[in-house]
Amino acid sequence: MPIVHPSPTVLPLPATPGALLLAKDLHFSYPDGHPALRGINLQLNEGEKVALVGPNGAGKSTLMLHLNGILTGSGNLSVAGLPLTEKNLPLIRAAVGLVFQNPDDQLFSPTVFEDVAFGPLHMGLPEPEVYRRVEDALAAVRMSEYRNRLSHHLSVGEKKRIAIATVLSMSPRLLVLDEPSAGLDPRARRALIHLLHELPVTMLVSTHDLAMVRELFPRTVMMDGGQVVADGATADLLQNQALLEAHGLEMP
Amino acid sequence: MHSDAFDRYHFAESRLHRLDPRVKVSLTVAFILGNALLPDASWLALGLAWFLLLVANDQSRLGLWFTFRRSFLALPFALAALSAIFSPLGDPVFSFSVANITLTVTDFGLVRFAGILIRAWLSVQAAILLVAVTPFPDILHALEHLRMPRLLITIISFLYRYLFVLTDEVLRLLRARAARSAGMTGQKSGGGLFWRAQVAGNMAGQLFIRSYERSDRIYNAMLSRGYTGNLRTLHPHTMKPSDWRFLGLALFALLLTQLTGWIR
Amino acid sequence: MHFSPAPLHIPDGFLTLVISLVFWALTALAVGTAISKTNQSLGEKQIPLMGVMAAFVFAAQMLNFPVVGGTSGHFLGGALAAIVLGPWAGILVMTAVISIQALLFQDGGLLVMGANIFNMGILTALIGFGLYRLSSRVGKPVRLGVAGFAAWLSTVASALLTALQLWLSGTSRLEIVVPAMLGVHLLIGLGEAIITVAALGFIEQARPDLLSAEKTASQGGQGWVLGGVFVSLGAVLLSPLASADPDGLEKVAEDLGFLGAGQSAPYNILPDYTIPLLGETALSTIAAGAVGALLALGLVILIGRSLRRAQG
Repeated sequence: MPIVHPSPTVLPLPATPGALLLAKDLHFSYPDGHPALRGINLQLNEGEKVALVGPNGAGKSTLMLHLNGILTGSGNLSVAGLPLTEKNLPLIRAAVGLVFQNPDDQLFSPTVFEDVAFGPLHMGLPEPEVYRRVEDALAAVRMSEYRNRLSHHLSVGEKKRIAIATVLSMSPRLLVLDEPSAGLDPRARRALIHLLHELPVTMLVSTHDLAMVRELFPRTVMMDGGQVVADGATADLLQNQALLEAHGLEMP
Repeated sequence: MHSDAFDRYHFAESRLHRLDPRVKVSLTVAFILGNALLPDASWLALGLAWFLLLVANDQSRLGLWFTFRRSFLALPFALAALSAIFSPLGDPVFSFSVANITLTVTDFGLVRFAGILIRAWLSVQAAILLVAVTPFPDILHALEHLRMPRLLITIISFLYRYLFVLTDEVLRLLRARAARSAGMTGQKSGGGLFWRAQVAGNMAGQLFIRSYERSDRIYNAMLSRGYTGNLRTLHPHTMKPSDWRFLGLALFALLLTQLTGWIR
Repeated sequence: MHFSPAPLHIPDGFLTLVISLVFWALTALAVGTAISKTNQSLGEKQIPLMGVMAAFVFAAQMLNFPVVGGTSGHFLGGALAAIVLGPWAGILVMTAVISIQALLFQDGGLLVMGANIFNMGILTALIGFGLYRLSSRVGKPVRLGVAGFAAWLSTVASALLTALQLWLSGTSRLEIVVPAMLGVHLLIGLGEAIITVAALGFIEQARPDLLSAEKTASQGGQGWVLGGVFVSLGAVLLSPLASADPDGLEKVAEDLGFLGAGQSAPYNILPDYTIPLLGETALSTIAAGAVGALLALGLVILIGRSLRRAQG
């Protein structure tokens, strides 16, 4: 298994035995007045792999954009014990790796190398370290030979893997993925599930793919209407037909 | 069609491909500049320039006639230069009348016309060769090293990345338009000129909004990866001794071409 | 292939070195100012926005539509970009588009790129934004009408300036190139106008915030209105003059010394045409030519440098 964080020194966040992520009573409304989050409470512990499910418009994407401070509403949020403030923003953005749903938004550089190097470079790391991290991140997603490829030549599945590499190169403590399996053919989806399984990082994954949830994630958080409506063991939640139906989900 | 058709890079194992992109960009500009500097009617020098181009083609291992075969891009524009043959300077060669107007072709005019076409044709081949042997991102790096403003380079590299995404989007829109007007095949496709242009305009508006929103999402993705308003880049290119040697040799050849053109 | 070149991209070889370098200098000045202005006034969000907008203009240029007998209406996009993004950002976006068309697709030359950017990016921004801003506070129908007129005029003015550059370079005869270019672009400009108006109408409906009068006013001052109106008047007055009385225009240009300067190679503008130390030899003429070219190039670099400093 590839080693993804060989150099913990660049990330001075303390190891937290308890909550890696702690969100308390998050509220957020978009400028047009539409409330997207209505009192979110969420705790993630180091090493957990958690699925985030719910119908479209439940507020999943909005919540994800809060986790590294791109959107800020009211309430408290802390990552590895650090409260989300202007001063802590660079540290928190390096610690929370956010992968967007559409890889064409995530991969904005002409070449794969430049995209994977973007994060470490903007963390202010020295060049040799940037190169090393790019190699490690590409190796972690098994795409080392794609280093010099042009992003627009990649298939959707390849783009998704590179998109994950672009945040792995920042050595995140928490990986946040939005709909990673959407738009993939069965083989690419299978390869992605393998990848997510073997990556040794804490994960929060938003998805409609309940079959993948059952296979990969021991814990599931269900959102609807800007609130967490259920949070517990995946096995229990996916058995609960009434709960699933009440929130527009189908048993896998 | 996939917008891969926009790619101009042709891979081969060659000296030209390995050359530092700065050398390639500078030499291309020097070659085109040299063509512009040559006086009209310096046929020998223009021939020499073409010879150099053929040597470069050969060195690229893409085939001796690689750029020749792709070089007729500028041809439609040649129409604009056609009127040069009627230059009042120089001696008349022959004249003819069209609708009561007598047009006189002069020797100076013919030389001028030929000079323009040959220069254009050589210059475009140099540019074609440059992008065929250099990946476009490397050209951008070279331009940055050569002190083009960073902001402009950044905009161009975003443009390069999203050109493929957005042209795919346009092709989808066009396909959807074609699908909707499928019932009218054989007839003149629906509506008048105004209506057709308005449909294109609505598509442009739709594309604009989508692009605008996409740029928001890209900005978020950049912020997520530590962007704070200052773009940083790596500098992976360093000039090797062989790059310097090639540059010197090529510049010497270009100088020789100039001398050929001017000494008579 | 859907991509077909708009007929305004001049290839290398069609303009003389002097004309090419003069327009490179003007373009460098405008683009340099645009860079320092955008850096001062707009957030860092502007960078991805301008990049994607450049891709938008590039892609939108593929939306051609048949006009009459084989000609197809082309979208240039310079006026629309300047109206929606503001003139400075519009100039940068068009510069990027024209650069990539020249660099990657050989659609337009490298040495003449300064002229191409000036004709299609700077002139169009001046006319497009200048006239639009004049009407930014009046009702929607009038405003869109003005935008349409500005888009049409920007295409015509581009064509006119292209024709004049070709004439000054001794590439085309004035009495042929001006009517030909104007004739075609009076029509193509209509397509530009309709697409621009329809696109603006669509944007105003979907995102009215992007086209508010306050936003327009903040993107460029009254100077743009003044410049836009001035250049527009110039284009409107010069077009009939150049088509109806080319001999008159030729005479004026000759009297002002434009013709000689445009058509001669740079060595002719250096005093004595030769370098004193080397005497009257061919070598001396070449050296003088090289000095002339280097001087012009140096000027361009110097302007670029000072603007870089201004931005940093």
